[in-house]
Amino acid sequence: MSDSFIHDWVYTDTVKDHFMNPRNILQDPDYKEDGKGIVGSMACGDQMLVAIKIESDTIIECKWKTYGCASAIASTSMMSEMAVGMTIAEAYNMTPQMITDKLGGLPQHKFHCSVLGDKALRAAIDDYLERQKRDNPFKAGIAKIICECKGVTDQQIEELVKDGVVKTMEQLQEKTGLGTVCGKCKSKAVDLLDEFLHIYAR
Amino acid sequence: MPEKSIYMDNNATTTIDPVVKEAVLKGFDLPGNASSMHGPGRAASAAVERARIQTARLIGADPEEIIFTSGGSESNNTVLNLIYSNMFTENGRNRIITSSIEHPSINETVKVFRNNGVPVTIIGVDSNGKLDMEALRREASKDVAIISIMTANNEIGTIQNVLEAAKIAVSCGALMHTDAVQAAGKIALDVHNLNVDFASISGHKLHAPKGIGALYIRKGLNIEPLIRGGHQEHGLRAGTYNTPGIIGLGAAAEIAYNELTESAGYISNLRDKLRMGIESLIPNVHVNGHPMEVLPGTLNVSFPGAEGESILLYLDMEGISVSTGSACATGSLEPSYVLIETGVGPELAHGSIRFSLGKFNTEEEVAYVLKKLPPVIKRLREMSTL
Repeated sequence: MSDSFIHDWVYTDTVKDHFMNPRNILQDPDYKEDGKGIVGSMACGDQMLVAIKIESDTIIECKWKTYGCASAIASTSMMSEMAVGMTIAEAYNMTPQMITDKLGGLPQHKFHCSVLGDKALRAAIDDYLERQKRDNPFKAGIAKIICECKGVTDQQIEELVKDGVVKTMEQLQEKTGLGTVCGKCKSKAVDLLDEFLHIYAR
Repeated sequence: MPEKSIYMDNNATTTIDPVVKEAVLKGFDLPGNASSMHGPGRAASAAVERARIQTARLIGADPEEIIFTSGGSESNNTVLNLIYSNMFTENGRNRIITSSIEHPSINETVKVFRNNGVPVTIIGVDSNGKLDMEALRREASKDVAIISIMTANNEIGTIQNVLEAAKIAVSCGALMHTDAVQAAGKIALDVHNLNVDFASISGHKLHAPKGIGALYIRKGLNIEPLIRGGHQEHGLRAGTYNTPGIIGLGAAAEIAYNELTESAGYISNLRDKLRMGIESLIPNVHVNGHPMEVLPGTLNVSFPGAEGESILLYLDMEGISVSTGSACATGSLEPSYVLIETGVGPELAHGSIRFSLGKFNTEEEVAYVLKKLPPVIKRLREMSTL
């Protein structure tokens, strides 16, 4: 089969390779990880689990499971290769863009919904630090995803409220699409919106 | 390219029948404008009128009740646009009733109409995709202009009771339209028996070329055209006749009509083999749609724990072409509204695959799919978080 077969269609050769031959899949049910994180949901169509082993604050193994489309599988696979050898501080700052660049790009509409590997990795590092009963120095500096389906973060919502662009939940949904897919983030978003409105708008 | 090429996406489009292709190619040797009075014009016109007879027969219409269009979407839009025509503004009827699982050419159009102030009522379906007939009965009142219910659904293949819906339309004085794009050529259709006023059909779903379709308009209805600016089709659809396309639709309609029983039996036998194979070889699968009242070739299956686009692409690598109701493959984030409307949860909708078989599929192909599919599902489930 020619390599251009799928490339011509939707994805790059690198995406195809990681989709067809995913690296570092978690296969051992008794895997003894040092930290584990899950993000996404089956209802949204993408869910990722990341399990990491850490030595001297460096990731020495990164295993994963993914329910999702080709770009979800490929981006998690790529993330797992990138993460190994990184310090937890470096890994915590991995962005979807870095993964996407390594994959040679993804179709625009795939970027937000399917690249969740970095978030799962952060959740795994959070879990590691918690298990170690250590302070988490990274959390504060990183935006938190509120709506996983549309990739809307708390910082984004804060900015929109701060700039006076958004005053109601309807406006927030119109601007960002938040809560329009699976809807499970809605109540969390309403609370957050109230909080930001309280700080900035009232 | 993979060594095999197994096409099981016939509800999306079909490959052209070689006999049809030959007829179409001959159509290119009829270069006259079918509206012209001279010899070349008359030759083209004769071919168009012959195709009209062939097309009419497939759905039990009279030839003069058929107008040729560019396809199903245009036919559907033509009917819905009548809501703005004098025939309704004069008699005070302004409401459209349709179902929640219609094709987007109906669905999206009524959404726009509704935003423009047209009253629209959407009737739901049950878990098999069958129309809630009681709800339709309740909603049918004197203000209804058009009821539009598809004959069979494109994603799950469920066949509606159009006869019953048309009775309800008669009882309230509304006009009845059925989108028969998926049904025509696959199941027996008689628009006069069904007592519908309009029916849409599309060529490329029945082995004719793309870009040609037809709209049945019951005799005596005085409707306004969607496309103006010419006297073609009794002034109902302007535009120079697409002679080769029309000839193709006619030829395909004739073949479909002659082979209907045989084809339906052959295809449904393949579909049942595929279904039984999947159910016996793969644990935890859900077949979507009506178990009995379904198009012969349509099989919609959900594989929990395996996502649709991934299944589709892995099968594609094996040379097997199918489609999915998963959001990921469509460019949107929402999975198939048809599956969601039938009460299939988003998890199952994301993992749905539609196999749609046609007369060119074979038992060997079904066997090949049954060999390749189980390891794909197993592999995806093994790497899934489920």
